[in-house]
Amino acid sequence: MNILVYFEERNGQVRKPSFEAIEAAKSLGATSVSAVIVGANTSAAITDQAKKAGANKIVVVDDARFGEYSSNAAAKAVAEVAKQINADVVIIPATTRGKDLAPRVAVRLEAGYIPDVTQFSTEGGKIVATHPVYAGKANVTMEVTTAKKVFSTRPNLWKASKDGSSEAAVESSSVSFDESDFSDRVKELSLSQGKLDVAEADMIVTGGRGMKGPENWGLIENLAAAFGAATGASRAVVDAGWRPHGEQVGQTGKTVSPSLYVAVAVSGAIQHLAGMSSSKTIVAINKDPNAPIFAVADYGIVGDAFEVLPHLAEEIKKIRAH
Amino acid sequence: MKIFVCVSHVPDTTTKVNVAGDGRSLDPAGVKFILNPYDEFAVEEALKLKEKNGGEVIAVSVGADPAKEAIRQALAMGADRGILIKGDKSDAFSVAEMLAATIKANSPEIVLMGKQSIDFDGMEVAPMLSELTGMPSATVVVGLTIEGGKAIAEREVEGGKEKIELSMPCIIAAQKGLNEPRYPSLPNIMKAKQKPIEEVASTASGARTAVVTMTKPEKKRVGKILKVESDAKATAHELAKLLHEEAKLI
Ligand SMILES: Cc1cc2nc3c(=O)[nH]c(=O)nc-3n(C[C@H](O)[C@H](O)[C@H](O)COP(=O)(O)OP(=O)(O)OC[C@H]3O[C@@H](n4cnc5c(N)ncnc54)[C@H](O)[C@@H]3O)c2cc1C
Ligand SMILES: Nc1ncnc2c1ncn2[C@@H]1O[C@H](COP(=O)(O)O)[C@@H](O)[C@H]1O
Repeated sequence: MNILVYFEERNGQVRKPSFEAIEAAKSLGATSVSAVIVGANTSAAITDQAKKAGANKIVVVDDARFGEYSSNAAAKAVAEVAKQINADVVIIPATTRGKDLAPRVAVRLEAGYIPDVTQFSTEGGKIVATHPVYAGKANVTMEVTTAKKVFSTRPNLWKASKDGSSEAAVESSSVSFDESDFSDRVKELSLSQGKLDVAEADMIVTGGRGMKGPENWGLIENLAAAFGAATGASRAVVDAGWRPHGEQVGQTGKTVSPSLYVAVAVSGAIQHLAGMSSSKTIVAINKDPNAPIFAVADYGIVGDAFEVLPHLAEEIKKIRAH
Repeated sequence: MKIFVCVSHVPDTTTKVNVAGDGRSLDPAGVKFILNPYDEFAVEEALKLKEKNGGEVIAVSVGADPAKEAIRQALAMGADRGILIKGDKSDAFSVAEMLAATIKANSPEIVLMGKQSIDFDGMEVAPMLSELTGMPSATVVVGLTIEGGKAIAEREVEGGKEKIELSMPCIIAAQKGLNEPRYPSLPNIMKAKQKPIEEVASTASGARTAVVTMTKPEKKRVGKILKVESDAKATAHELAKLLHEEAKLI
């Protein structure tokens, strides 16, 4: 089985979910794993990162016009490369970009597509993929019924593969584009400086409405700093204008699956759980012992966040200082 | 301006999910179906565009007769007419294929949809529709301006936002934040009952994926919940110790 993995690059870095997708590809028993990078003037610095990811081959599609990313043109590039290397399966990390790209690649390959996969299994040579549905209240296992198959994999659930035991060969591939392929172009990317995004963080401390107001956010930030975590917010907090929407976790916000998710004064409404229930370890701090968040928590404290947080931040700092 | 808005009819978010006897679908007994919440943002944006540019808003849904309820809701908000494509929503590709056929036959200047249906949470119909119609698309859109024959869509990405320029006609998939959907007024709900809903037949060529099983996630959480008795510091110490020694996270 030939598998092609899409490598997403931003500001000179191959993003972590790409490395994880390599690991997912290997778990399917691939005979050969190739990675495709689509960009403008892709530097050696980028291909060097990719070389160590444990792929057999790196294919670079380079076109100056990708200086302004286009989902449509990128889909063409990935689908063309998939055809050139005769890929049976294409795996694309389920990042914001990947979720847009993967369904397109599937249509171009006349392949079935399963989104946001959290687990793979192979049964009698068949690939069965798990995908959470109904805001995480159920899981479906699905199979693709076409010969070619496309999947997107949820970030943070596979180990990032950087085995690098052998360096992959780098090839460039020529795909011919015309102007109409670039019918959508990213004109501007504005990133909020210095803040780790919840969608990318390995640890998250989220505050809910029980924090009473934005003036108390220092307590959340202080705990997050103690862990080295990003800060998140519930929708109630975002709707109240205490925090920007980019920090919102849940169905209308971001889907996260960090190693540690700490929910402080968050009730645990189903739409919130939809965004975080696949986190590896969940910690809840809430004064209401019946808050639904405790039903999904591994560890927790029933108590007043205003009393607990300063102590907890101290205790964490003490342990981490050792 | 001819404006299409794609609406899906989905179980209410607060629905208790029970797996049907076949072991691979939702048991519909007692489930309340609603207009997909993200599609409300799409309908609102469609109505705003019509208010600004004139034209017509057409709400289209793929499904069986009950999906008319989602169309009616869009009509009550202010859409002019509806189209029900009577087909099997067996997978996202089939839905996209049927929507594409109707859209190509009608040549709208813009297609609005939601970023995601809250049933299968797929986020796949908009990009597929883009491929099938040749209209460019932007997903997870929180801001939209149309000028000089182009659309500028602002979308949320990890760590910030990006602005995408799209040639027209285009497809826009709405995220919360794009606007505040209006509530249908009583007179508009009454009026919606008179608005036409055309029915067209399915053109789907067949699903490309199949559900094997549906299960409820089994809870395998540790579940060590401590309670602050009198000394918050002691409880905090105990939790930190568990995270260090047992969970090995710090
Ligand atoms: C279509 C739709 C989409 C949605 N999408 C999202 C989404 O993406 N993300 C999301 O979060 N929500 C979403 N929601 C909203 C969701 O239903 C809840 O309303 C929301 O999550 C509640 O936020 P909260 O937990 O902060 O507030 P509340 O539910 O008000 O909970 C506050 C909690 O704080 C606790 N508390 C109060 N004081 C203290 C204290 N001193 N110490 C400790 N604990 C305290 C309380 O016991 C309570 O449990 C969505 C809803 C809908 C209908
Ligand atoms: N059956 C349907 N009929 C019409 N539009 C749909 C249907 N299913 C999905 N859509 C549209 O596609 C968007 C994304 O859905 P999905 O890709 O299923 O998450 C929804 O918000 C709707 O606008």
